[in-house]
Amino acid sequence: MLLLLVAHAVMALVAPALVSWLGRRAFLVMALAPASAAAYALSRTSQVMAGDHPTEVVEWIPTLGIELSFRMDTLSWLMLLLVGGVGALVLVYCSSYFAAAASGLRRFGGVLVAFAGAMVGLVTADDMIVLFVLWELTTVFSYLLIGHYHERKASRRAAMQAIIVTTAGGLTMLVGLVILGVHAGTGFSLSGLLADPPSGTAVTAGVVCVLVGAASKSALVPTHFWLPAAMAAPTPVSAYLHAAAMVKAGVYLVARFAPAYSDLAAWVVVVSVLGCGTLLLGGYRALRQNDLKLVLAYGTVSQLGLIILLVGYGTQGAALAGLAMIGAHALFKAALFLTVGVVDSAAGTRDLRRLTGVGRAMPLTAVAGGLATASMIGLPPLAGYVAKEAALESLLHGTADGLPGWFGPVVVAAVVVGSMLTTAYGLRFFWGAFMTKRTPPAIPVVSRTSDGADVETGLVDPATISRQPLLLVGPGLVLGVLGLLAALAPTFAEELLAPHADLYPTGEPGHLTLWAGVGPALFLTLAILGVGALLFWKRRPVEHLQAAMPAVPEADRSYRRFMRMLDDLAADVTAFTQRGSLPFYLGAILLVLVIGPGGVLLTQTTWPEDVRAWDMPAQVVPVLVIVVASVLAARSRRRLKAVLLVGFTGYGVAMLFLLHGAPDLALTQVLVETVTLVVMVLVLRRLPPYFSDRPLASTRWVRLAIAVLVGIAAMGFAIVVPGMRVHPPVSVDFPEEAYEFGGGKNIVNVTLVDIRAWDTMGEISVLLVAATGVASLVFLSRRGGRILRAQDTPDVAGDRTTGWVVPGGDAKAAVTGRTAGELSGLTARATAAAPPSSSMRHRVWLPGGRTLAPLRRSVIFEVVTRLLFHSMIVFALYLLFAGHNQPGGGFAAGIVVGIALIIRYLAGGRYELGEALPLQPGLLLGTGLFLSAGVGLFALTTGGEVLQSVIIENHLPVLGHVKLVTSVFFDLGVFLVVVGLILDILRTLGAEIDRHIDETNASAEAPEGVEGTPEDGADRAAPTPEVRT
Amino acid sequence: MTGSTLIDMSPNLTLVVATGALFIAGVYLLLERSLTRVLIGFILISNGVNLLFLIASGRAGGPPLIGEAEPAEMSDPLPQALILTAIVITLALTAFVLAMAYRSWQLHGHDEVQDDLEDRRIVRLAAKNSPSFTDLDADEVTESIDEQAAEARDETQRSDS
Repeated sequence: MLLLLVAHAVMALVAPALVSWLGRRAFLVMALAPASAAAYALSRTSQVMAGDHPTEVVEWIPTLGIELSFRMDTLSWLMLLLVGGVGALVLVYCSSYFAAAASGLRRFGGVLVAFAGAMVGLVTADDMIVLFVLWELTTVFSYLLIGHYHERKASRRAAMQAIIVTTAGGLTMLVGLVILGVHAGTGFSLSGLLADPPSGTAVTAGVVCVLVGAASKSALVPTHFWLPAAMAAPTPVSAYLHAAAMVKAGVYLVARFAPAYSDLAAWVVVVSVLGCGTLLLGGYRALRQNDLKLVLAYGTVSQLGLIILLVGYGTQGAALAGLAMIGAHALFKAALFLTVGVVDSAAGTRDLRRLTGVGRAMPLTAVAGGLATASMIGLPPLAGYVAKEAALESLLHGTADGLPGWFGPVVVAAVVVGSMLTTAYGLRFFWGAFMTKRTPPAIPVVSRTSDGADVETGLVDPATISRQPLLLVGPGLVLGVLGLLAALAPTFAEELLAPHADLYPTGEPGHLTLWAGVGPALFLTLAILGVGALLFWKRRPVEHLQAAMPAVPEADRSYRRFMRMLDDLAADVTAFTQRGSLPFYLGAILLVLVIGPGGVLLTQTTWPEDVRAWDMPAQVVPVLVIVVASVLAARSRRRLKAVLLVGFTGYGVAMLFLLHGAPDLALTQVLVETVTLVVMVLVLRRLPPYFSDRPLASTRWVRLAIAVLVGIAAMGFAIVVPGMRVHPPVSVDFPEEAYEFGGGKNIVNVTLVDIRAWDTMGEISVLLVAATGVASLVFLSRRGGRILRAQDTPDVAGDRTTGWVVPGGDAKAAVTGRTAGELSGLTARATAAAPPSSSMRHRVWLPGGRTLAPLRRSVIFEVVTRLLFHSMIVFALYLLFAGHNQPGGGFAAGIVVGIALIIRYLAGGRYELGEALPLQPGLLLGTGLFLSAGVGLFALTTGGEVLQSVIIENHLPVLGHVKLVTSVFFDLGVFLVVVGLILDILRTLGAEIDRHIDETNASAEAPEGVEGTPEDGADRAAPTPEVRT
Repeated sequence: MTGSTLIDMSPNLTLVVATGALFIAGVYLLLERSLTRVLIGFILISNGVNLLFLIASGRAGGPPLIGEAEPAEMSDPLPQALILTAIVITLALTAFVLAMAYRSWQLHGHDEVQDDLEDRRIVRLAAKNSPSFTDLDADEVTESIDEQAAEARDETQRSDS
């Protein structure tokens, strides 16, 4: 059975290619998949009859007791046969139904086969969770099939309605299945549950939930409305959906659970009320439809009510009749839909008032339709008759135990009335589809379609009706004849189906027969046929009567109103919770932190007995700095001041790290703090110097209150958390491990590059993402601009050398003595004094310096930079390679190189940056990540694990004893990523913003629009009112 | 669990005070609308969290370098590795938020986080009970099932000709 599923899956996947290759004939190939399912069922018939049910189990999620288990008993055998057989015939039908040039056939073929596969799995699954998964798969695939013509609004709406209704039911069912699975002694096994059904209030609730799921799937009242709307699907899909798949899944589920749970009062009441109600409503609505597909669709609703009633009623006789009805219904309903498709294809309409002379033009089709109609209304000797006779017989024979006396007769009456309606609409269907009519229709259908085209309302001309190909007529005819053949061997059918019916708890075994003798059932049958024929004969008065009935609110309308209310509720909830205000969200999150974990802190923890004032008195000094600097930063109204104060807290923290005994941290913190300061200043030069003034008085106290609460909570955590430790730290063995396996003496560094290397790799990935994000935010359309080199600077000196005007802002900036970075931005002009001769280039201290305006060049700065830069690079390399044994490592080394670059940039401008490191940062980032990950894989070649260090010791000439630990390459990767990050920051927040500033100044100087800048970026620097996307 | 394997875990009040100050100032700024202030608040909180790690790792000790201190005397190296990565990530995040602030300034001339327009629109529409999106499923004014049926045509041979 698992193999069948695989076959369907493979076929569904290759279906699009098949259609591309073979055209619509590919459907003939696809038919092999469901045909194989039917063939499998047939080949195991004797085995199933003998009670030796084929079973397959594959372990899936053993910890949850969920397994891919499949089992074919009598019920599954019947369903598999129908799903496979009807599926194959429908696919054969598709091969000549659709026009060769029809759109979307590739998708359609794949989805239809996948749908058949999901049904195959659904009816054979023996695990409730697997069953549910397949159940929802049928929902999804049916959604795609109903919405096949996705360009039509009605089609989309029908698909959406179907998926919402059936998914709502499906989720209810999931709740029920989980309840049952939890209470069953055998886990989620379906056969285990039903062999020894648990009981209790919870189980009853679970069973009702399962019934709700089945009812929504089988389109029972009040969720019946999705099924008629689903006729927006192509006709072959309707045939499959209505006859063997989808709606039959709900029937299957009821028939599956009924033997175990039909003795529950809740079960019988739900099944009977829904079944009878659906039977009557569907029949009544079917009677007044004019579209053949709609007649059949409401007919299906009606018949589903009857079938569910029979298989869920709880007596053995009714169950047998129900199983027979499942088979009969699949045969005749599929045949009827396929016939409608033929008629529609030949005559161009499905309106039964317009069709005439179809039977004469297409006799074979008429035979198929006639056989199927006769089976539907229960004429002997057809399958529908046998099933209906058995149903009446069994219903007359009694109900399940413990029900009031009036219950049985009421059900019988409902079935009789429902069957009368079935007879009436069945006759009307056949008359409408095939008979010759003399009078043109009295009522126009719809005068115009929604696109405004006129709708024909006259009778079709029988002469235009052409014979259809055999492949189109054949499948319906086969199904119609099968309905006849099946009825001719009723005792064989009884033998086949009885094993499942015998599982039901009450009643006597029923019988399937063509002649049950003269009895009440026979009289009821005669009455049904007679009254049904009368209703058909007097169809005009009946139509008038139905039209005159007071309009009751339609289920579809109520559904839409309900969905509208749901939308409103959702909007209200969204409006309440999603204010769109960042401070509101953050405040809410922080308050949850205070109330949740903070509440636990207050109520459920023990405060430590002893605390220390400090580890060493020296700690007090940096703490004082931190406290004062944070308070001042919070109060600061100037951006720059706030940034500098934050720097103070950062250095204070670095001091605390050092005192705590964490030199690596102190080193990194100091370096990072420095870079942060520079980067912030680089951006702040563009932002207004003061924070904007806003009337904050009202919210200030709220914010302060939240802040104090969070601060107190954090301090509480800080006091309580250390005492929570009950195990020795995992790191007690780190010193030994670091040296033995990691080959390094700096435990923190070995932790980063070896013990917790996965963490580090994730972390440098974050760095890469952040760097890319920064670049994209500033460069907008590119990952990074081109690399600026000093020799690329254009010669604009001719008209500019004498024109060095220092704008007022520059002078002011120079006077107020802002940082060099700010200066460089404010006055940077991409101009040079004169194109230097090659001899001159050798004498400049920094090649990029000549690109700066003379006013802002500082010779001393350039000289110092020239002297310092290489020393810093050497220092960084020392940190990198010594980091395994001494404080340092890839992070620190990378930041030192970054600072060296920052100095070059500040001293020589953006061209100097390109001179210093003429590489794209993306290259560095990518290489770095590759090095760390790639070297991690290296250990695999020596039999180790990913990211395991390998120590290679060797004696080399000259160098002597060399000990190489492969994790140094990992650290090299980290180093490159950090350098790449800082380079990215400098190129964007530094160089690119410089360029934006130049553009702004240039455009301010040259209002006539002369571009004075060398690089014409697509993105403008000035705050232009761009449309946000 | 013998006491000897556990290092002295009593909390260091000086560090607790520093943590509290960083959190209070940080949260106060975080709840602002100016991205620069939000960022500054975030950096302060990051520093506070790093100190929390330090407090949770127990007493101070010698640097975790083999040869410099006895393993029993060392400070706990694991939280240090965690803090180290946190420091560098904070740098990356700082740069990112700064780039956002700059972009915001480019577009709007300031770096204040405005309320989300779409959210405000939904709030307005919810107040008047009008739908905030077209939901075919909630559309009550639809054609009847007969009209739908008249339009549902399949692409068959006949429609070709």
